[in-house]
Amino acid sequence: MNRGTLLLLQLLVAFVVLVLWHLLTTIPVSGGKPLVPPFFFSTPLDVIARIYKWFSEGTIWRHLWITLTEATLAFIIGSIAGVLVGFWFARQPRVAAVFDPYVKMSNALPRIVLAPIFTLWFGLGILSKVALGVTLVFFIVFFNVYQGVKEVSPTILANARMLGMSEQQLMRHVYWPSALSWMFSSLHTSVGFAVVGAVVGEYLGSAAGLGYLILQAESTFDIAGVFAGMFVLSVFVIVIDILVTVVERRLLVWRPVSAETQK
Amino acid sequence: MEAARIAGGGAEKAATAAPAIRFDGVRVAFLMEGGAFTAVERADLDVADGEFVAIVGPTGCGKSTLLNAAAGLLAPSAGKVEIFGSRLGQLNRQAGYLFQTESLFPWKTAIENVAIGLEIAGVSRAKARIQAREWLRRVGLAAFADRYPHMLSGGQRKRVGLAQVLIRDPKILLMDEPFGPLDAQTRQIMGNLLLDLWSADRKAVLFVTHDLEEAIALSDRVVIMSAGPAARIIGDWRVELPRPRDTAEVRLDDTFHRLHREIWHALKDEVMKGYAQAGGVA
Repeated sequence: MNRGTLLLLQLLVAFVVLVLWHLLTTIPVSGGKPLVPPFFFSTPLDVIARIYKWFSEGTIWRHLWITLTEATLAFIIGSIAGVLVGFWFARQPRVAAVFDPYVKMSNALPRIVLAPIFTLWFGLGILSKVALGVTLVFFIVFFNVYQGVKEVSPTILANARMLGMSEQQLMRHVYWPSALSWMFSSLHTSVGFAVVGAVVGEYLGSAAGLGYLILQAESTFDIAGVFAGMFVLSVFVIVIDILVTVVERRLLVWRPVSAETQK
Repeated sequence: MEAARIAGGGAEKAATAAPAIRFDGVRVAFLMEGGAFTAVERADLDVADGEFVAIVGPTGCGKSTLLNAAAGLLAPSAGKVEIFGSRLGQLNRQAGYLFQTESLFPWKTAIENVAIGLEIAGVSRAKARIQAREWLRRVGLAAFADRYPHMLSGGQRKRVGLAQVLIRDPKILLMDEPFGPLDAQTRQIMGNLLLDLWSADRKAVLFVTHDLEEAIALSDRVVIMSAGPAARIIGDWRVELPRPRDTAEVRLDDTFHRLHREIWHALKDEVMKGYAQAGGVA
């Protein structure tokens, strides 16, 4: 299948779903009512009109910006903390052993239950969402960096020592690149979780952001608003994911290209 | 076996200078579950400065263990390792080590991999690069300087590894089946390249291999180890083949054949023992 056909088929799926949705919610069947009530399912045209309105009036940009800021901050803070602690634990097995049960416990906790606490501590503004995102991002980065430092090939380590590297040079030329490569390999997951943290946080209590937008629509039975919010959110996440892929390609040039991305 | 050792008669050495490497009653044991595991029972061996010595033995006989002891990566349980007359207590700073498995830094390009040994020693980046480029040229990889290891073939990676080690100009070269994973043709080419580079300044070389032909083709002396565990050195032959050698052509020489027959005769029993102890079938 060439690219053109594939794209055509992909668009066809969207077209069929939209047409079906449209027909089911607008064409009256016996009794004068459509098969699917538009009150609960809205209609594609309403949703498209709503999205158009958001963008033409410009109200959406503020919400997008807020969510993006929260996710970015959560990602940066969570990653830095994850790298530092991951490094520290990997190089100090005793510290790691002492903290091990607590790390496992905190990671086992569904992070969503922390949201109310963070709201109490940090208020309804962006800080409570950032905190939620950080708890999600931190563990992913932490585990990957920890693994990355622990699993440096013993031969490469021995080689580095024989080449005359000091402890500090080992850190810079061996452990650090290895840990970073592991962190970058989890970049998609951690960026995704940063967005999840932001949106879920907004959803549970906020004054702005995409999660807030969806919650507002939902609480007024504005189903078109809910679908429009969901659609904007998916496109937002896809755009971020594409950016991450671009960054990843640049940073991991030294890695062999996996078979599936090879043409 | 003692007879073989005497027949080989390789024990005469440069009387004046201290040997580059001296194993003096070296024993290496590892603590494992259920007691100690003795890899090497006793090794006494001198490698003179400028001498190319190959250690050959069956799989799992502790050849690499001995090499690691000479590198200082492993401390002997008894006996001592001396490097140019002084006892080795830590990492051997005078040795370069070429490993059997992948040892290049995958996140560095070929030239960065070669230059790193100088950079960490305090040479400026620009100077290190110039020398690294020269070394890449010597190993025939001038055009591949900016490739990452995964973009190179197995043989090319070994060449980079060789340049990485030699750029530091170590006095001793330790090699652990460096060409093991390569195909037969590439091995011969690498062998010639190694001899070529070595003949320029004749470092002391301790070369571990399971390939007897490779050992004879390359070295001045071939040392045989018994099957492990508790391996010992059981034979020592001087290779009287003229240099410079071509590792492919030298195999047609009569001396080569005679030596090969002699050494293989001693080695064969040990190889069979090795198989028996590993629980496998030949």
